[in-house]
Amino acid sequence: MSEAAATTKSKSLKELDRAVVRFAGDSGDGMQLTGEQFTTESAWAGNDIATLPNFPAEIRAPAGTLFGVSSFQLQFGSQRVYTPGDRLDCLVAMNPAALKVHLRDLKPGGLLVVNTAAFDQRNLDKAGYAASPLEEPTLAERYRLHKVDMTGLTYEAIKDLPLNTKEKDRTKNFFALGLVSWIYTRPIEPTLEWITKKFSKNPSIALANTRVLKAGHAYGETAEIFAEHYTIEAAEMAPGLYRAMTGNRALAWGILAAAQRSKLPVVYGAYPITPASDILHELALHKRFRVRTIQAEDEIAAITAAIGAAFGGAVGVTGSSGPGVALKGEAIGLAVTAELPLVIFDIQRGGPSTGLPTKTEQADLMQALYGRNSESPVVVIAPATPGDCFYVAYEAVRIATKYMLPVMVLSDGFLANGSEPWLIPDPATLPPIEVGFRTESAGFFPYLRDPATLARPWVRPGTPGLEHRIGGIEKQDVTGNISYDPDNHDQMVKTRAEKVRRVAQEIPPTTINGAATGDLLVVGWGGTYGSITAAVERAQVEGKAVASVHLRYLNPLPPDLGHILREYRKVLVPEINSGQLVRVLRAEYLVDAVGFNRVRGLPLASEEILDAINQLVESQA
Amino acid sequence: MSPGGPPAKEAPKYTKKDFESDQDVRWCPGCGDYAILSAVQKAMPDLGIPKEDIVFISGIGCSSRFPYYMNTYGFHTIHGRAPAIATGLRLARPDLKVFVVTGDGDGLSIGGNHMLHVLRRNVNVTILLFNNRIYGLTKGQYSPTSELGKVTKSTPHGSADRPVNPLAFALGCGATFVARTVDRNIPHMEETLKRAARHKGAAFMEILQNCNVYNDLAWNVIYDKEQKLQYELRLEHGKPLLFGPPDDRRAVIMEGVRPKVVTAKDVPASALWVHDEHNVNAAKLLADLFAPDFPIPIGVLAAVEGPVYEQIMLDQEQKAISERGPGDIAKLLTSGDTWRIS
Repeated sequence: MSEAAATTKSKSLKELDRAVVRFAGDSGDGMQLTGEQFTTESAWAGNDIATLPNFPAEIRAPAGTLFGVSSFQLQFGSQRVYTPGDRLDCLVAMNPAALKVHLRDLKPGGLLVVNTAAFDQRNLDKAGYAASPLEEPTLAERYRLHKVDMTGLTYEAIKDLPLNTKEKDRTKNFFALGLVSWIYTRPIEPTLEWITKKFSKNPSIALANTRVLKAGHAYGETAEIFAEHYTIEAAEMAPGLYRAMTGNRALAWGILAAAQRSKLPVVYGAYPITPASDILHELALHKRFRVRTIQAEDEIAAITAAIGAAFGGAVGVTGSSGPGVALKGEAIGLAVTAELPLVIFDIQRGGPSTGLPTKTEQADLMQALYGRNSESPVVVIAPATPGDCFYVAYEAVRIATKYMLPVMVLSDGFLANGSEPWLIPDPATLPPIEVGFRTESAGFFPYLRDPATLARPWVRPGTPGLEHRIGGIEKQDVTGNISYDPDNHDQMVKTRAEKVRRVAQEIPPTTINGAATGDLLVVGWGGTYGSITAAVERAQVEGKAVASVHLRYLNPLPPDLGHILREYRKVLVPEINSGQLVRVLRAEYLVDAVGFNRVRGLPLASEEILDAINQLVESQA
Repeated sequence: MSPGGPPAKEAPKYTKKDFESDQDVRWCPGCGDYAILSAVQKAMPDLGIPKEDIVFISGIGCSSRFPYYMNTYGFHTIHGRAPAIATGLRLARPDLKVFVVTGDGDGLSIGGNHMLHVLRRNVNVTILLFNNRIYGLTKGQYSPTSELGKVTKSTPHGSADRPVNPLAFALGCGATFVARTVDRNIPHMEETLKRAARHKGAAFMEILQNCNVYNDLAWNVIYDKEQKLQYELRLEHGKPLLFGPPDDRRAVIMEGVRPKVVTAKDVPASALWVHDEHNVNAAKLLADLFAPDFPIPIGVLAAVEGPVYEQIMLDQEQKAISERGPGDIAKLLTSGDTWRIS
């Protein structure tokens, strides 16, 4: 980390190239909001950013408990930021439980800011501390500890306002935000604007939050305890207009873009499930795009409603998480055999069963590829970053309607809730979605095939002369009549597989991050893009002959992948599962790829991937 | 677009033959489904809907083969899910006339949840539930409408579960149109079907149907000439609940809050129960009546108006578009907090 010393009035201002900050407190302490506002401020400062919200599944976990701790982490920097960061430069702990849960991630010598008011006997007991850790000499020796009575200072700043104790207490997160904004010289203007807008109907609360934010900021400036603070230069990013984008919103907006471009209505069927529900919420806001959302009675109704819509000539989309996708399996098979366009979002979370609803995982790849009865192949694609979800959702609609088949999109909890500064695209530059409904009755059969895509014709009911029946029973190719003929079934099984394989003609040449040959190729997919890229670039800086590729298409695989894999002596596949893509690659290409697998409900840390890279590279000497 | 309304186009003059597809009908010889198919094909021309605007959706089971035999659009889907498929289709295409064909197993067992919700949402679909009290396609297991103690392959000692009453179920779900008809009464089937098809909202029509292979004459109480005369109660709006042979006319009346069968001539006209299709509470009482203690009501139990799901959804959409114009993704992308990097 390069640090160039500079000086302001009385406090020294140090320049950093990146920092990792985590706000941690009770579920009711407003840590998600604090983190989101700090993210907005950092975006204004021109930094590149990656975020990691982390919260319990319980809506209001009991106050002060270890399992009730909620946190928001972000990394911001003057260079490309790929991940929310592994180890913390700064931890803000609003209570003893937050300190206990998160202290282990703070770097030695890191900034530790605690709200001393919350360290009473009751909270210490709940966190399992026999005595106050703040009095332990080792804490101040190991970290740059700043004990701040945030609650007291907050009350002092707003003592004259007509608010009750509970309302006053709720503003203390803005003190923390103001203070940390000063420490990292973040502009507080965007937060001030946000407060004014958000609490326009409640001026006392707006005033209280404003005062407390400024009090926190001023405290850093004037209190004698902070000897230095930091600045991070704006990152060199591609010019253009940016916005913060989360993965779930990007998926929803990708669907809206596809609706507008295809000129088709969309039916989105969903049953509430973490972490996919926000897609339903977002789409429900945008009726003007002719997106019709159904909060269905269950996961099966959600997907079958989408299939019914597709039969009617609309874009059918359903979204869920792993447990819901498991329930949808039979219906996905119906879309496969009916050869109807369908988009399925799987926002993966920790499993099996209910698992870890609010934590991330990428263990649904096998379910996406094979999790249905019989031979029922679907196209599977995965976004790499929150903003990439926009393009992937759009691509899913384009492919589904062009090839008349289901497309599964594998996002995850990290991408869904994480955000990044996103260069806003010009929608006119997106590839066209050309839907040509068949209207010509002469020579029509429901399973006639386009020679290039093998797609059957899409017919809107209501078209005279094209009345026809389709269904889940095997049908004769071309005519679509029910057929139990053995050879026809064999042919249809092969045709459905070939349709998916033909989608490979849509895949652009694979981008290799690094040299085209070398000692090690790291292959990843989905939300691990940032962690893998950061690790690989570090290894490259260290002089290792390492490169990476990140797969968007999991089925079909890119046509050039087999060739690329053979240009490296070893292949490493880091995944947040027990080794799923690695098995596919070994089976498909007979390469001796090895996995790096951690399944902790968290993104992979770049450091641990780097260790795995180094071990592999060195072990071959 | 005319959600729930009459079709925009004028339909040609059809005959029954126009609705017969080119597929060989594959039900067992003697199956009640043949009569239902014929009645539906006969009723279709009178609906005045262009056949390209008609869609039959089904799930799985003998009844669910129905769409293959109708020369309209059709979709034979998966077990129990036809109501959900139909809901999505209606939301995408409110201009289409959508029928759901289902059975007692498909519609009330594996698909019971979807049946509940399509009825409570009042989606504009016409649901034909063929009730033969048995699983036919899987070769003879008891169904959710089989009587308690039913001996089948899967219940050699007699079934231990009580049957569900389809009409009471539908009314309990908030259905706005509930009717019952019989496969051996083609004119009544046609007449009831036409009423169901013209209803705005979810129309639920139970058809008592014979499975001559696995549950022959399960409804003999309404087939057998003598018993039919004793038990059939033809519901007619505005007419008293009278049934039985001419020389022994009986009436269903209310005694307190209980229905009771009396000899018609023993009660004054003022005490008769006059059928009112708009009275859902009365329909719920009617739904539970059955032989031998009571007559078997046939016809329309309830027909009331209710808000239609897809109509509300599309009205919201139209309102949003008329107030703020159609969606524009370029505008949306640049809305809210943005910043420029040069």
